Amino acid sequence: MAVATMARSDGDPHHVRGGEVHSGPAPKRIVTGYGFWIFILSDMVMFSAFFATYAVLLGQTAGGPSGGQLFDLPNVAIETGFLLASSFTCGLATIAADARNKLWFQIAMAVTCLFGLAFLTIEGREFASLVARGAGPTRSAFLSAFFTLVGCHGLHVSGGILWLLTMMAQVFAKGFRADIQRRILCFALSWHALDIIWIAVFTVVYLLGSAA
Amino acid sequence: MTNGHHEIDHNIDIAPGDEHFEGGIGERVLGYLTGLGLAILLTATSFFVAGTDLVWQPSIPVALVVLAIAQMGVHLVFFLHITTGADNTNNVLALAFGVLIVMLVIGGSLWIMANLNHNMMPMDLLMQMQR
Repeated sequence: MAVATMARSDGDPHHVRGGEVHSGPAPKRIVTGYGFWIFILSDMVMFSAFFATYAVLLGQTAGGPSGGQLFDLPNVAIETGFLLASSFTCGLATIAADARNKLWFQIAMAVTCLFGLAFLTIEGREFASLVARGAGPTRSAFLSAFFTLVGCHGLHVSGGILWLLTMMAQVFAKGFRADIQRRILCFALSWHALDIIWIAVFTVVYLLGSAA
Repeated sequence: MTNGHHEIDHNIDIAPGDEHFEGGIGERVLGYLTGLGLAILLTATSFFVAGTDLVWQPSIPVALVVLAIAQMGVHLVFFLHITTGADNTNNVLALAFGVLIVMLVIGGSLWIMANLNHNMMPMDLLMQMQR
């Protein structure tokens, strides 16, 4: 392993290759993307606190309904499918932006927006049905933790959809300028990151939560 | 000022989310399709495993956690393009630090709270003492 690394030292970014000088600051696209990546990771740290809270309070139902009695798993599977599909179309929008194809960018972003809205609609109906059945966030510590965690993810998706619409408008009005391209990069990062957090949500909250 | 990342030399860093690619648009779409296929497969397996009685029941939570971590890996590689390439070192190191903090917060909370729960006097005894 070490030998292989040594042999490939010309591919190592820390080694300046002969004749070529990498001086000066990194391009703005890398600095912006990296900074936003750090922000995404800090957002995940915040979510980890909510996940820890949920895991600790999972059994504290105060005599109320438990996850197994409340959760509708087929519904969650459909919700997951919509968010996954939106992550894919968001990737297509990234490719279209790199190819500077306005039409395909707008189509892919519009489809992403529709999938995101479908996800939010299913989540909203689930919340409404829980509250209607007397299982609102005030019922037990378990339900408080549930609504905080899943609601926080839902708020992130709502914010993401507003950002998505802003990017569609900016590309429409200003085209693929360098600053717009950086914003598209950051938007795609955050949208894919929300999907990663949703993997943890459906696993921990719904699948593990309904078994407990 | 170059505005794309196409001009960037292959041996320096790339931004997180940017793809290190040589192929055309078709190949990139194929990359996302591969990611989508793997993600659907892992998600379907998760939902199947959660409801099945075909496997030894105590193994189900472990299987679900493993499937979730695998799917996060798929998303990181195929959607966020965080890879082990030399041009991705900074992005991977930031991710590693993030994972460390997440593990400390979740693992630490569960450990401490389980320990407190274990050592706490049963509630009815506690109520009697307060009379």
